[in-house]
Amino acid sequence: MFTWDLLANAVVAGILLGGFYAAVSLGVSLTFGLLDVVNIAHPAFVILGAYAAYVMNSSFGLDPILTGVLFTPLFYALGAGVYRIYYGSFERRGEESLRGLVFFFGLLFIIEVALSLKYGVDYRLVEAAYIGKSIDLGGVGIAFRLLVPCVVGLLMTLALSLFLSRTFYGRAVMGVSQDQVALRLMGANPVRIKTIAFGIGIAAASLSGALLITISPVVPSTDRDYIGRVFAITVLGGLGSVGGTLVASIILGVAESLMATLFGPSWSLAVSFGILLLALAVRPAGLFGR
Amino acid sequence: MNGFRTLLGWALVGAVAGTLALAGADVFVARAADPIKIGLGMALTGGLSANGKPALMAIQIWKDDVNKKGGLLGRPVELIAYDDQTNPATVPGIYTKLLEVDKVDFVVSGYGTNLIAPLMPIAMERKLTIMGILGLANNEKYKYPNYFQIQPSGPDPEANWATGFFEIAARQNPKPQTIALVGADAEYPRHAIAGARELVKKFGFKTVYDKSYPPSTVDYTPIARAIKAVSPDIVFVASYPPDSVGMVRASAEIGLQPKIFGGGMVGLQFTTVMTSLGPMLNGIVNYDFWAPESTMMFPGIKEFFAEYQKRAKEAGVDPLGYYLPPYAYSAVQILGLAIEGGKSLDQQKVADYIRSNEFSTIVGKVRFGPNGEWAKSRVLQVQYQGIKGTDVEQFRVPGKKVVLYPEEFKSGTVIYPYSAAQK
Amino acid sequence: MKTRGALVVGVAVIGLGVLLGGLRVNPYVYFAGYVVLQYVVIATAWNVLGGYAGYVNFGTPAFFALGAYTSIFLIEAFKAPLPVLIVCGGLVAALLGLGIGYLTLRLKGVFFSIATFALSVVLQTLIINWEYVGGAKGYTLIRPPAPFFRSWGVLLFTLMVVLAVVTVLVARTIERSWIGRGLAALRDNEEAAECMGVPTLRLKLFATTLSGFFLGVAGAPFPYYVTYVEPSSAFDLNYAVNALAMPMIGGTTTWLGPVIGAVLLGTAQQVATVTISSELNLLIVGVVLVLFVVLAPEGITGLVRRLRRR
Repeated sequence: MFTWDLLANAVVAGILLGGFYAAVSLGVSLTFGLLDVVNIAHPAFVILGAYAAYVMNSSFGLDPILTGVLFTPLFYALGAGVYRIYYGSFERRGEESLRGLVFFFGLLFIIEVALSLKYGVDYRLVEAAYIGKSIDLGGVGIAFRLLVPCVVGLLMTLALSLFLSRTFYGRAVMGVSQDQVALRLMGANPVRIKTIAFGIGIAAASLSGALLITISPVVPSTDRDYIGRVFAITVLGGLGSVGGTLVASIILGVAESLMATLFGPSWSLAVSFGILLLALAVRPAGLFGR
Repeated sequence: MNGFRTLLGWALVGAVAGTLALAGADVFVARAADPIKIGLGMALTGGLSANGKPALMAIQIWKDDVNKKGGLLGRPVELIAYDDQTNPATVPGIYTKLLEVDKVDFVVSGYGTNLIAPLMPIAMERKLTIMGILGLANNEKYKYPNYFQIQPSGPDPEANWATGFFEIAARQNPKPQTIALVGADAEYPRHAIAGARELVKKFGFKTVYDKSYPPSTVDYTPIARAIKAVSPDIVFVASYPPDSVGMVRASAEIGLQPKIFGGGMVGLQFTTVMTSLGPMLNGIVNYDFWAPESTMMFPGIKEFFAEYQKRAKEAGVDPLGYYLPPYAYSAVQILGLAIEGGKSLDQQKVADYIRSNEFSTIVGKVRFGPNGEWAKSRVLQVQYQGIKGTDVEQFRVPGKKVVLYPEEFKSGTVIYPYSAAQK
Repeated sequence: MKTRGALVVGVAVIGLGVLLGGLRVNPYVYFAGYVVLQYVVIATAWNVLGGYAGYVNFGTPAFFALGAYTSIFLIEAFKAPLPVLIVCGGLVAALLGLGIGYLTLRLKGVFFSIATFALSVVLQTLIINWEYVGGAKGYTLIRPPAPFFRSWGVLLFTLMVVLAVVTVLVARTIERSWIGRGLAALRDNEEAAECMGVPTLRLKLFATTLSGFFLGVAGAPFPYYVTYVEPSSAFDLNYAVNALAMPMIGGTTTWLGPVIGAVLLGTAQQVATVTISSELNLLIVGVVLVLFVVLAPEGITGLVRRLRRR
C-alpha cells in the first residue's frame, strides 16, 4: 500500500507533530539540558496548562492559545517558586541526584491526582475556530489542528534560542550551565539566573499545554505518555542545545508517523523509545550535545 | 534549622501513625444487623471512573427507590462501595473485606471486563450469585452458572457487538465490498475486532486494511490517511474515548468518506464527546445501549433519568447519563426483584430465580441465557443525524441518535452513504 | 546483631507468619497482608539499587510485570509449579537488570533513570502485542485447589512472608559486606570511588541484577493472587511511585528503612482503599512523599538516628 502520496503525507504529518513535540520539550531542554535539574514533572505542568486552557475555553470561550500566552506569567512564578524549594532543599546540600528526582516525581504525582480530584477523569477538549479545518497543498493535506500548534512550537523554539544567544539573562543561563564559579566571579548570581531559567521553562509548559489540548483530548494521566517522549527528545537532541531539541522532536514525530502509516501504529511509541535507548548506549551526548 | 526539621519530621510520622490509627479504628466497627447489605467495588478513580461514578450513582438511586417502597423483604437496603481504582489487583482485597468484614449479603461486580475478571474465582469459591456490570465475555472460560451480565451483548458477545453494523451494511444496495478494520491495542477493541473478523467472513466482505494502534497515539491523521489510501466501502473502528475522538476528527479533516463508518467506538455515547464533536458525528453508525427515542421509553426510565440528571449536575459527572447508568440500575433492580420474587436471600435460590424468569426493568424486558449473558442481544446500532452545533439540549430529544437495529427498536432509517448525512 | 542472630529472627518471623496462617483470622488479613509484604520485597529490592548505590529506578513496573509474565508464560507452556515460577521470574528480571545496567554503564545516574522509565514503556508494548500471554486482552488463571494449605489466601500470604524475610536478610547481608561499602562509596562520589580502586562497574551491575531479581520475585506469584493479569495494571505507575516512596519514607541507607516504609505506607494504603476510598488516597501518598523528601530526607530511620545521638 506504498505510494509517494502516502509517504509525503506521513512525513508532513510527522513534521507538524514534531513542531508540537518541540514546544512540549523546550521546558525540559532548558531545565534539564542547561540547568541539570531533572524536572521529570514537566509533563504534569504541561497538563496543568492544558487544563487552564480548557477551563478558560469552556467558561469564557477564550481561544486556548490565547489562554496559554496569558497564563505564562503565572506559570513563570510557579516555576520560580518550585525551583526555590528545590534549590533550598537539595541543590544547596549537593544531594540533588536521588532526592531531587524523587521530589519531582512526587510533584508529578500530586499535580496529576489533584487535577483528577478537581476535574474528574472525563476527557476534556477545547473548541476553536481552526479545529476541524484543513487545507490541501498539492495532494498533501494539512490539518489546522496540527498546523497551528506546530507553528507556535517553532516560534517558541526561535524565541528561546534568541533569548539564550542575544539577551543578557539568556547568555547568563548559558554561562551558568558551563561554569558556575566563573559566573559568580563575574558578579552574577547563579541562583537568581537559574530561578529565572526554570521559571521560563515552566512558563513554556503553559503554552504547550494549550497546544496539547488543541490537538487531542486530555485527561490528568496524559502526562505519562509524554514523560518518556520529552526526555527522549532532549537526550537525542543533545543536552544544552535548543536547536538539537527541535531536530530531535521532528525526528521523533516523523518516526512515529511513518511507523503508524506504513507498518501499523502498534509499534510507533516503542520504536521512539528504542531510538532513545540506542542513543543512550551509542552516543549519549546526543546529536548536537556539548 | 536542623532541629526544626527534625521536629517537623517527627510531626509527620505522628500524623501518619495517627491517621492509620483512626482509620484502623473504623475498619472493625460492627454494623447493625437489620439491613440487607449489598457490596461492590467500583471504578471511582482511574481510567474507567468517567463511567464508574455514574454507575455507582445509578445503583444508589435504586437503593433509595427501593427503600422508599419499604426495602426488600421488609428490610432496608444498605450499599457498601469501595473504589477499585480501575486496578484489578485491588479486587481480591476489596471483595474479601466486603464478604468477611462487612459481611454483605450480596455482591455486585465493578464496571468493566478487567475488574470483573478477578472477582470470578472469589465468587465461584464461595458459590456467590453475581451481577456483572458491563464486561465482555467474562464467563467464557469459567462457565459459572450463577453469573449474570447486564450488558446486552447476548450469546456470543464478541460477535454480537458488531452484528448490527454488519447487517445494516450488508442490507444496502449495491452491497459494499471492501472493509477496513482498525482498533486500539487494548482489551475491548481486541475483542471487538476479533468479532468483526468473524463477521467479515460471514457476510463475505473483503478486508483491505486490518491494523491496530497504541492507545497513547496523539495524532490519528496518518492512520486515517492510510485507510483512505485503500478506499474501503466500510470502515469499522473499535476504540476508546480519546482515540474515538481522534479518529473522528482526523477522518473529518482529511475527508475519509467510506459508505459507512463507525461500529465499535466507545466514547461517542458520552455527553462531553457528543457536544465537542457536534456535527462531525453526523452519519456515523455506532453501537449504543440507549437513545432517547420513542421506542426506548420503558417503564420507569423517565423517572430514573430525572433523578439521575439532578444528581449528576451536582456531582459533576456525565450530565445526560444515556449509556451505563440505566443498565447499572437495572442490574440491581433485577437482583432486588429476584430476592423479592424468591422470598429468599439464599445465593442459589436467587440465581435460579434470575435464570428462569423474565424481568421488566427500566431498560425493557430482560431474560438471561446460557453463560449469564442476555438470551437475545440488544446491542443497538444508532446513527447520528441532523446534529447542528454543539448544544447539549439537542441530544435530549428524539431524532438525533436514530436507532437502526435491532428491528423491534428501530426508530428511523439509515442515511446511506455516509457522505449524504454530512450535508 | 550478628548474622546468626539475624537468621534466627528471620526464621522466627516466618514461624509467626505460618502461625497466623494457621489461626483462623479474618481472611481479609491475608489478602491485605500479601500486598503489604509484597511491597516489603519491592521496596527492599529497589533500595539495593536506589538507596545503597544511589541509582534511581523509575521502571519498577517493568521488572515486577516481567516476573508476573514469566510466570504466566511458564504456566502456559509447562504448567510449572510455584517455586519454579518464583525462581525463573527472578532470574529473567535479573537478566533485564543486568542488561539495562550494561547499556547505561558509562552514563550519569539520571540517564539510567530515564532509561528505566523508557524500558517500562517498551516492555509494556511488547507484552501488549504478545498474544500467548494474553496480550492486551489479559490472561485469566484458573487456580486448582490450593495445595498443602487451607486456601490460596493463606498459601500466598505465607509465601510472601518467606519471600520478604529472604529478601530483607539478603539486603542486610549485602549492606554489611564489602559490597555494601563499595556501593556506598559509589553513591557518595563515583569518580572518587573509582580512583580508590572500587570496582564501580561490577558493583553497579551487581546492584542492578540483584535488584531486578527480587523485583521479579515479587511479581512472580502475582497471577495467582489476582487471577487476571493485564498489561496496564501489571505495569501500573503506582508500583513505581511506591517503590520510591517507601524507602524514602523509611530511610534509604539501611535495610530497616524500606521495611518500615513498606509496612507504614502499604498498610495505610490498604486501609485507605476500604475507608477513604478515593483519589485522596493517592494524593496523600504524593504529598507525604514530597514532604518527607524535603523535610526528612533521611526518612524515619534517619530521624531515629538523630534522636539517639542527642
